[in-house]
Amino acid sequence: MITFKIKRYNPEKQAEPYFEEFQLDVQDDLTLLDCMNEIKWTLDGSLTYRMSCRSAICGSCAVKANGHAILACQRQVRHLVKDDDTIVLEPLGNMKPIKDLAVDFKPFWEKIDKVKPYLQPKQKAPEKERIQSPEQFKFIDDSSTCIMCGACYSDCDVLEVDDNFLGPAALAKAQRFVQDSRDEKTLERVKELSKPGGIWDCTHCAECVERCPKPARPFDRIKEIMTVALEQGVTNNNGARHALSFAKSVKSSGRLNENIIPVESVGFFNFKGLFDLLPVGLRMFFKGKNPPILHKSIDEVEDVKRIYRELNE
Amino acid sequence: MKFALFTGCVAKGATRELMLSTMKSAEGLGIEFIEMKSAACCGAGVVSEKNPILADALNARSIAIAEEQNLDLVTICSTCQGILKKTESHVDSDPAYKEKVNNVLEEGGHQYAGGKIKIQHFANVLGTEEGLKLLRDKVKRPLTGLKTAAFYGCYVLRPSELSLYEDPDNPTGMEEIFEILGATPVYYDSRIKCCGFPIIMMNKDASHDMAGNALIDAIDSGADCVVTGCPLCHLSLDAYQPEIDRMNKKGYSIPILHLPQLVALALGYSPQELGMDKHIISTTRLDTILT
Repeated sequence: MITFKIKRYNPEKQAEPYFEEFQLDVQDDLTLLDCMNEIKWTLDGSLTYRMSCRSAICGSCAVKANGHAILACQRQVRHLVKDDDTIVLEPLGNMKPIKDLAVDFKPFWEKIDKVKPYLQPKQKAPEKERIQSPEQFKFIDDSSTCIMCGACYSDCDVLEVDDNFLGPAALAKAQRFVQDSRDEKTLERVKELSKPGGIWDCTHCAECVERCPKPARPFDRIKEIMTVALEQGVTNNNGARHALSFAKSVKSSGRLNENIIPVESVGFFNFKGLFDLLPVGLRMFFKGKNPPILHKSIDEVEDVKRIYRELNE
Repeated sequence: MKFALFTGCVAKGATRELMLSTMKSAEGLGIEFIEMKSAACCGAGVVSEKNPILADALNARSIAIAEEQNLDLVTICSTCQGILKKTESHVDSDPAYKEKVNNVLEEGGHQYAGGKIKIQHFANVLGTEEGLKLLRDKVKRPLTGLKTAAFYGCYVLRPSELSLYEDPDNPTGMEEIFEILGATPVYYDSRIKCCGFPIIMMNKDASHDMAGNALIDAIDSGADCVVTGCPLCHLSLDAYQPEIDRMNKKGYSIPILHLPQLVALALGYSPQELGMDKHIISTTRLDTILT
């Protein structure tokens, strides 16, 4: 017997969401979606959620199970059930619930739209298709697998605190066009994606990689855009300056120079940015916690410099 | 037990108390750490933004140095741990890439073999059966009554295929160590979340909000202190706590400890010997609990 603790919400009847328990005597090789259907069809027809293909293709049935977003049709309950034979189901995070497990995807789609998810070639369409080699397709193979389920968006730590962040799904979608050999707006795209709310607001926490039910792995795609942005010379922002300063510091001493990197990241002439660094800098200084002023190199730093040279850096 | 110690940059810079307490823990436990003085910075996943193979070459070189010493590599920073494991995975999974990386290393006299040594965070070493037994035998001052909230540092947990924790969504390694030390682990949702530090230069408000939410979660769950395995999390949660509190207007304050400090406290070292007086948020309130 498995107990499903499901977060119910119907604003027409009750303002606040509440948990309701349903018990099912089911085989544990059923998928979570099979069980949700069983509850809906036999215990409570008002239970609301999205579903369609039941084959991890349509991306409709993402929900939170035991606190993490998953595709309900892709996971057997045996992998979800906790020691006390329960599974807690909640709507996806970072989006407003509409009813029970169904959430409003509007902000999700608005952000997908924002990254212009379509090819922008300069030339007119040829008579036949625009050919891509397998090598060219490799760059966009993984991001093409995204099924827009919203699992990454739901569990993104940055979106939890900042609605302005484009989020992992839209940025993975952006990579699909930034690195598409047929697209000719690469520079414009990475300029746009380097603005606040874009690639440089990602913390690298890889929560999105963990929740992605496909090989899209959004964070890996975000990293790829960062590299393209730097290659394209889009460096007038804190994220790019931080990356360049970091790489430069390791080149010169084999180590990170913590005194220099914050200053170079905000920019030497960004007086407000520099002023903002003062309180924490002084606080650390007075505690004797500031990084040593004389920055020491690692042993064999020449070998590190040689590696940089060999890789044309 | 003898290991090659990959100190990382921050333990030699803004959190020197981490280095100090790591060496005290090792001394108290009879663990020998050979500091890898010629290892380069792991790049923190930032150097790879600039040039992915550059970051992998630097890290493969560091791993090769430990291989040459025939010693397992130990990190004391969740970020270093996660990034070194990434390089290991990139290079091991692609023979052609491995050859390319080794060609870059060749002139410097290093070659990455792969599969020869383990790359582990200090918490993973202490969390083994042997490590826990060692801790159990050496605890001199059980931390009875101290409610400790682990903050893992996300890079040791995700992506999960590179994590050394059995269940990275619900890790228990640090909490098991706390129990052996006599402390009471506090379980709270934010313990596996990101501290926000990586975007502190890009989106300060979001970064502080992330750290603030974690701190509030730990405090509301009854913790006396937060214990982290990552010096970057320490900076985010401790050095910036005054800013975070100004944003939250909650009036909360909670000491943040490095894991080796907690270990060494239980081994009988004094807070001063472990550099706890260097923290921005005073740890003196813990003395009352521990006496």
